Amino acid sequence: MLNDQAHLNPKLFDDDIEQVPSRNGYGEGLVLAADANDQVVALCADLTESTRTEEFAKKYPNRFIEIGVAEQNLAAVASGMAAAGKVPFITSYAVFSPGRNWEQIRTTVCYNNQPVKIIGSHAGISVGPDGATHQALEDLAIMRALPNMVVVCPCDSIEAKKATVAIAKNSKPSYLRLSRSDVPVITTESTSFEIGKAEVFYEGKDVAIIACGQMVYRALLVAKELKEHGISIRVINNHTIKPLDQKTILKAAEETRAVVTVEEHQIHGGLGAAVAELISQNFPVPIKIIGIEDRFGESGEPEELLEKFGLTTENIKKAVLQVLRMKEK
Amino acid sequence: MTLPDSAIKHLELKANEIRQDIIKMLLEAGSGHSAGPLGMADILTALYFHILHHNPHNPDLADRDRLVLSNGHICPVLYTTLAHSGYFPVSELKTLRKLGTRLQGHPHRGSLPGLETTSGPLGSGLSQSCGMAYVAKMDQKTWRVICLMSDGEQEAGNTWEAVMFAGKNKLDNLVGVIDRNNIQIDGFTEDIMPLEPLKDKYESFNWHVVDIDGHNFQSIHDAFDLAKTIHSKPTLILAHTTPGKGVSFMENKYEWHGKAPNKQEAEEALTQLRHIEEAIRHA
Repeated sequence: MLNDQAHLNPKLFDDDIEQVPSRNGYGEGLVLAADANDQVVALCADLTESTRTEEFAKKYPNRFIEIGVAEQNLAAVASGMAAAGKVPFITSYAVFSPGRNWEQIRTTVCYNNQPVKIIGSHAGISVGPDGATHQALEDLAIMRALPNMVVVCPCDSIEAKKATVAIAKNSKPSYLRLSRSDVPVITTESTSFEIGKAEVFYEGKDVAIIACGQMVYRALLVAKELKEHGISIRVINNHTIKPLDQKTILKAAEETRAVVTVEEHQIHGGLGAAVAELISQNFPVPIKIIGIEDRFGESGEPEELLEKFGLTTENIKKAVLQVLRMKEK
Repeated sequence: MTLPDSAIKHLELKANEIRQDIIKMLLEAGSGHSAGPLGMADILTALYFHILHHNPHNPDLADRDRLVLSNGHICPVLYTTLAHSGYFPVSELKTLRKLGTRLQGHPHRGSLPGLETTSGPLGSGLSQSCGMAYVAKMDQKTWRVICLMSDGEQEAGNTWEAVMFAGKNKLDNLVGVIDRNNIQIDGFTEDIMPLEPLKDKYESFNWHVVDIDGHNFQSIHDAFDLAKTIHSKPTLILAHTTPGKGVSFMENKYEWHGKAPNKQEAEEALTQLRHIEEAIRHA
C-alpha cells in the first residue's frame, strides 16, 4: 500500500494526473536557490530556454553567463568561478554536458573538488523526436564513476525543484539529471527530500522495485496492479544514485529477498548497476535490471520510445514475476 | 620603469638557484619534465619574487593575484619557486612524484599550499582563469589572474573556447602567458600542428598581444606592467623561451620535453648551471 508518510499526490492513480517535465522544476528551484544565496550563478551553453534557465537569467541577468556552444569551456569556467567563491550551475543537454566535457568535469571539478552543479537536461530515451544523438543514456554511468561527485535523478518536477535547492547548499560537485518530456507529478511539496536518502513510496514485502526518474511512476502503477493479484511490492524512489542509500536498499533486500531496478538509462553503469554492486556484496538476492539494453535510441514520440525500448509496466511486471520465481527456487 | 641592475642580478641568481633545484628534484624523482621547467624558470621567478601580489604565509589571502598553471607538466618549476618563496620547505622538493608526497606528478589543489587549481590535462587552465577573472570583475575586485600555458596546448579546442570567452567579456584583469618554446612531446610544434601566426590569432579574438624574450627580466617586468594599462582586453604575453635553458645539451631539444636527467646528466647540468651562477655573480 501507499506510504502515507510520503505524502504523495492524491491524484497519483488518476488518469488525469498532472504532467510536467522535471526540467521545469529545476528552473523554479534555481531561482529559489539564487534568492537564498547571492553567490549562486548560472552558465549556459546556448540552451537557456530549453534547459529552463531562462527565469533565472531574466531575474538575475548579472549572474547569468552565456558561454555559447562550448561545453568544455562551460565546465572549466565554472570551476574557476567556484574557485573564486561562486556556486555555479551549468546547464546543457546531458549528451553535451556531462557528455562532451567529461574530462574537464573529472579534472577541474571533481579532482579539483570545486562545487560546480552540472545540470543535464534531456536525459533518457523520452527526449523523443530529436533521436539518439540527443538522448543521453550513459550519463549516470560516467558521473557515478567519478570520486567526489553527487548524482541525483529526481522522479518529477517537484522533486527536481527540491534537488536543485539541495545541491546549491551541499558544497560538492553534483550532477542533476532532468527529463525533457512531461512526467507525472507524483510527489507533493510535503514529500520529504534529502540527498542520499531513498524514500519508500509503496510498502510491500514480496519484491522491491528500486527506480529513479519517471520510472518511479511506472513502478507505482505496477505495485498497485499486482497488489490486486496478491503480490506485495515495495517501491523505492532512489533519487540519489551516489551516494547510494545503502541502509534503505539493503533493508529492502533483506526483507523482500527479490529486487527489480528500473531506469531510463543503459543497463550498464547506472542505478541498476549501483544497486547490484551493493546487494551482491552485502546481501545477495535475485535481481533484475530494467533499462536500455545496450543500444542507442531513435526518433519517435516519448511514449512510443518507452514502449519500443521496453520501459513499460508490462516489462516491470514480468521482471517482478521472474525475481519471485528465482527467490522461491 | 627600468629595473636597477642589482634587482635584475638578484632575480637572475634566484632563477639560477631554482634551475639547479629543478635538476636535483628531477634526478631524485627519476621521471618528469626537464625542458619546460628550465625554460620557464625566469618567468616564474619574476612572478613570485617581483610581480605577483601574494603572501606565502597566507596562501588564501583574499585579494591575492591568482596564478593558474594550465600546463601542469611543468610543475617542477612552480613547486621549486613556491618553495623558495616560502610556501613550504625547500627540503620537500625531493619528494616529487613519490608515494605520499604533496608534490604530485601534476599539480593537485589542496595537496600543497599555493596551488590555485588542479591541472595536467591540457587546454582547460585558461577557461578556469577566465572563470576567476570574471568573478573578480563581477565582485569588483582588483586582483589579477595570470594563466601560464604551453604552446602545444594551443592545439586544444578548449583553449580557443576560452580565448573567445575572454575576448567577449573584455577580461582586462587576465594575463595569458604562452611559453613559446616551439617543442612538444612528439617534435617541433610547427611540424606537429602549425600554430603561427599566433599573435594575429589572439589579436583577432580581441586580445592585446606582447612578444617578449622570456629570459629578460626587464622585458618580463615591462610586459606585466603594460598589461595593467590595457583596458577592455585581456593581454597575452607571447614569451619566447629556450626549452632546457641553461643546460646546453637540453636546450631546444624536444627529446628533453618529457624526461628527467640520469645521474651523469644531472651532474653535467649542475656544473653548467654553477658556471652561469658564477658569471652572474661576477657580472
